[in-house]
Amino acid sequence: MKYKCDKCDRPATHHAVVRVKGQNIQKRLCEQHAAEEGLPIKSAHAPINELLTNFIKMADGQSQPSDKIKPAAATRRDRACPDCGLKFSDFRDKSLLGCSGCYKAFEKALIPLLERAHEGGAQHVGKVPRRSGGGEQRQLQIARIRKRLDEAVTAENYELAAQLRDDLTGMESGNAPAAPRQLDPGTPEDDRP
Amino acid sequence: MTLRDISRGAGEWLRGSGPHSDVVISSRVRFARNLAGFPFVNRANRRQRYEVLESCRSQIMTNRLADNTLWVQLADSPAIDRQLLVERHLISRDLARRTADIPRAVAIAADETFAIMVNEEDHLRIQVLRSGMQLGDAYSQINRIDDILEEKLDFAFSKRFGYLTACPTNVGTGVRVSVMMHLPALKLTGEIDKVKRAARDMHLAVRGLFGEGSEALGDLYQISNQTTLGKTEKETLADFEAAVIPQIIAYEHQARQALLRQREKQLDDRVWRAWALLNNARVLGTDEALQLLSHVRLGIHTSRLDRVDIRTLNELLLLCQPAHLQKVTGQEMTPAARRIARADLMRQRLGGR
Ligand SMILES: [Zn+2]
Ligand SMILES: [Zn+2]
Repeated sequence: MKYKCDKCDRPATHHAVVRVKGQNIQKRLCEQHAAEEGLPIKSAHAPINELLTNFIKMADGQSQPSDKIKPAAATRRDRACPDCGLKFSDFRDKSLLGCSGCYKAFEKALIPLLERAHEGGAQHVGKVPRRSGGGEQRQLQIARIRKRLDEAVTAENYELAAQLRDDLTGMESGNAPAAPRQLDPGTPEDDRP
Repeated sequence: MTLRDISRGAGEWLRGSGPHSDVVISSRVRFARNLAGFPFVNRANRRQRYEVLESCRSQIMTNRLADNTLWVQLADSPAIDRQLLVERHLISRDLARRTADIPRAVAIAADETFAIMVNEEDHLRIQVLRSGMQLGDAYSQINRIDDILEEKLDFAFSKRFGYLTACPTNVGTGVRVSVMMHLPALKLTGEIDKVKRAARDMHLAVRGLFGEGSEALGDLYQISNQTTLGKTEKETLADFEAAVIPQIIAYEHQARQALLRQREKQLDDRVWRAWALLNNARVLGTDEALQLLSHVRLGIHTSRLDRVDIRTLNELLLLCQPAHLQKVTGQEMTPAARRIARADLMRQRLGGR
């Protein structure tokens, strides 16, 4: 059942679909030849990595490995998560998202990928946590307060940090204020819904 | 309780008992969870990682998930201790290897029925282990642990995608169900590739237990689900309990019967050669030791040999690995010295001279 490497007799560990002149070409390569061809080195996440690279290549109509993507095209498509700053290209390289917000920020690109990775599944049907199950909005709020708390501590603004900590304690014990308090009047852009 | 106490025995998952323990070594269920409000581990800064570690520690250690729980800070642990935990499957290689600046830990129940990794790829990786085929039991325990932790910890969750994880391959239920199987007859008869193919068609991963490549040392295979989105935990479990695992068990039994019917002498020869080598070798590598132990185990389950019990074989499975060997002998050794110590250990435990 094992395939041999296209270029030698070792077993193929990498499988990629590459588009050349409008045609899909299957490549099966061993570790060494995959490296020579510029395919990503196998890591703990080989399956999703492979999936990602292939998928993104197909979507982009790219025929070259990722390091040869035209810079203009790359930057145009390379959006960043507003919550943690992770760029989509970072995700493509490491197969890891940066925060909960990434799922929202990259939702469009992620859904087809999730469907491929999960036998078509793109909607959760399992366990729902009793406490945080309903409160996505609340989770987002907590995340943003935490982010500002971290910035406050870095800036050694301990007064603000203490205030933010109190707000967090209130929210995390389930007593979310009915109307969100205006926490820092100085930065209105943080009050977006 | 210390790591030293843990390293002496074989722990829950190698007790060698439980349903179908002639083929199924152990069952394991894992949940991946992240705390709401913090970036995932790979994107969090040092302070945030410490805060996550501390929140998790206080919940895990005060909620009395078990009578006796050991907390191991891995950033301060010597490499040999981390390796020991990897060999016992209590932590991942990844967690053992991470750079020193990532604060990370594992909480281990004294009986090793659970291990909770903190700041691995996700903030929390909860695992429950059982010997033999006991997925239902493992699932009840992990669900209970999850409920207790969730009383105080806010888990990152969305209605659409479920439990949010750093890698989208785990998102949804965050559940990984794994069953470790001993399939020596399928290996000897060359049928193992069929099983692997069938499993892959069912979107399951088949990995060798030891080693990082696809080669299965000691004929031990780990079968696990890959789909976590669009399927409930119960459905994932049911696939394993009702379909996948019973089928593989039946294949292995058939292969053992076929060996007995058609190649009885050859089977005996394998088993007794393995026994003779384990009892007489003076220099023994890990790979060879694992393979010999596998054939002796097959001999026990096909009633060709009864000079040792499964529990002892399971202990040797662990003790013959590098970190355990060094822990037991109490000294650091070069690979060459380990091969000699390994052969000594086998002769000592199996009664050879
Ligand atoms: Zn090659
Ligand atoms: Zn993000």
